[in-house]
Amino acid sequence: MTSKLTISKAINAGLRAAMEHDPKVLVMGEDVGRLGGVFRVTDGLHKDFGADRVIDTPLAESGIVGTAIGMALRGYRPVVEIQFDGFFFPATNQTFTQLAKMRRRSAGKLSVPLVIRIPYGGGIGAVEHHSESPEAYFTHTPGLRVMTIANPEDAYWGIQQAIRSEDPVIFLEPKRRYYEKAEVDTGTAFDDALSMGAARIARPGTDATLLAYGPMIKTALQAAEADTDHSLEVIDLRSLAPVDYPTIVESVKRTGRLVLTHEATLTGGPGAEIAARVTEECFYHLESPVIRVTAFDTPYPQSRLEEHYLPDLDRVLDGVDRAFAY
Amino acid sequence: MSDTTAHEEPELIQLLTPEGELTGHPDYPLEISADEVRALYRDLVLVRRVDSEAVSLQRQGELGLWASLLGQEAAQIGSARALTDRDMAFPSYREHGVAWCRGIEPEELLGMFRGVTNGGWDPHEHGLHLYTIVIGSQALHATGYAMGIQRDGAVGEDGSAVIAYFGDGATSQGDTNEAFNFAAVDNAPVVFFCQNNQWAISEPQGRQSRAPIYRRAAGYGFPGMRVDGNDVLACLAVTRAALTNAREGNGPTLVEAFTYRMGAHTTNDDPSRYRASAELDEWKAKDPILRVRRYLENNGLADDAFFASVDEEAERIGEQVRTQCRALPDPEPLEIFDEVYAEPNVHIDQQRSEFAEYLASFEGAGAEGGR
Repeated sequence: MTSKLTISKAINAGLRAAMEHDPKVLVMGEDVGRLGGVFRVTDGLHKDFGADRVIDTPLAESGIVGTAIGMALRGYRPVVEIQFDGFFFPATNQTFTQLAKMRRRSAGKLSVPLVIRIPYGGGIGAVEHHSESPEAYFTHTPGLRVMTIANPEDAYWGIQQAIRSEDPVIFLEPKRRYYEKAEVDTGTAFDDALSMGAARIARPGTDATLLAYGPMIKTALQAAEADTDHSLEVIDLRSLAPVDYPTIVESVKRTGRLVLTHEATLTGGPGAEIAARVTEECFYHLESPVIRVTAFDTPYPQSRLEEHYLPDLDRVLDGVDRAFAY
Repeated sequence: MSDTTAHEEPELIQLLTPEGELTGHPDYPLEISADEVRALYRDLVLVRRVDSEAVSLQRQGELGLWASLLGQEAAQIGSARALTDRDMAFPSYREHGVAWCRGIEPEELLGMFRGVTNGGWDPHEHGLHLYTIVIGSQALHATGYAMGIQRDGAVGEDGSAVIAYFGDGATSQGDTNEAFNFAAVDNAPVVFFCQNNQWAISEPQGRQSRAPIYRRAAGYGFPGMRVDGNDVLACLAVTRAALTNAREGNGPTLVEAFTYRMGAHTTNDDPSRYRASAELDEWKAKDPILRVRRYLENNGLADDAFFASVDEEAERIGEQVRTQCRALPDPEPLEIFDEVYAEPNVHIDQQRSEFAEYLASFEGAGAEGGR
């Protein structure tokens, strides 16, 4: 069974499927109930599952994550929504000192199967703190799984896989792509859906590998389309932690070049670690250094400058050109 | 889950009734001249006009977003007119009325919502910190600033105090509650001014606090009171008393201004999804501007010419806001790299020069770039 869904509706359908599958699944956050979330991702869930399973929480992110940890310790599977990326930060203590370490410090006796959904990234003309890409903080933290999505199919299955994971998952939703539509096959059995732990070759190619994730997949595919001089292979990373290195390494060994792009800042960004690992594993196959096309090492600027700040089609193509200049 | 807390009905401090009758309050005597009331009326009308113009500008695509203060004019004007030039205010993001009183030009306010700046004014010059969006953060800054004032010995009649603005939603945040506690244990000269507008986006006040907000102060060990937030005179009198108290070394106060967000949370919000319109009608009867007008009219303190002149001024300001907003220049791309650090920074310098080179590579290649 397929239906045409936006990314936002696909996450909603995935949440609904998970809640129907397992009565322990709960949704918590600011405005997720009657309003259905500021992006309407939880639309209708409050009506259909009730206030005990779809909780409009007080306005306190640390409180949301902290109480969700407690509910998970009691056997629930909370899916919490942080309203915007920039509002995650009050919850850093609960996430980094408690959530990420609970399994290890309890010698495996405690499981915290909690999902933190965060609309992230820029490009929507927003005021401050509504356009951040904080993924590197999460990927730098042992104990967390970090996933992101780039299309409705992955949104639908990805959220369900995140919820079924016994590990805490940071689930990053590219807010500027929420309303992109595509066919979703909702008829597949859960166990037959492609694992979100695997990177996906979004477009096969032979001359260079273009690695992206989340909101940048669309831009990367546009770049591959626009570059008529080269055949670019686009890889959608999907899981930022852990990273599916075999898929990346296989691709780079074939193409000899890797261009990485993300909205997060350059220094210490997810691309830096991948560049280091690819250099180790593909050294004798590389025709050029790994090139990174990212946001600059500055705070996210006022929205009238974001088109310059975010890597766009031209900057990605410029990065590809730089790779071929060697 | 039933509410079993046996609280008596909270007292609402009111000096001016919705019908425009000046009743006064024994604990908050307010000597105020007709001139001063007329000035407050002018503030209320003008700031509402700036606000409605900003909503229109957002609808026209000139602003990315606007957070309307509609309904909260009295809480903001009353409290901010209680401040002296030596006081410091820490706003949230809806305090356009406070900004007005602190001498911020509307265009400086619009810049942030248009996306041309992330701030817009010099906080030291105006005694108004920048708008703070991450909820409740500024309550701690206000407290720390007050602790500084205390250490400077800036107390007494010529002393300084601080006011922290936040909403009912912010009372759920750890930062806000930590600020209450820090201020209490250090006896800091800070007034916590909570505009309880009944709604944190879609969540009614009961989802943030089971007890009336002002009663929290007692638990931290300082006074708290609920004031009619739609009564500009009550907000002025109560805030003035709290600030005086702070300046005299008597520590913090929590003022809960009981008011109503008559508009949407922001221009992105649709309140019809979560609240009944009857509620709005109920609050319209308690409109903050109407009661001042009634008071002035009923007591013969202002004539038609006065009201007409304020309306005319409001129209002029509306037009000025429109013109100024459209004329706000977009920042230059390389400004991205400005003011990140005080000291020279090699990463920033390198990225700036690389980006400048990149931008220059498009010159002569057409407006849309080289491809």
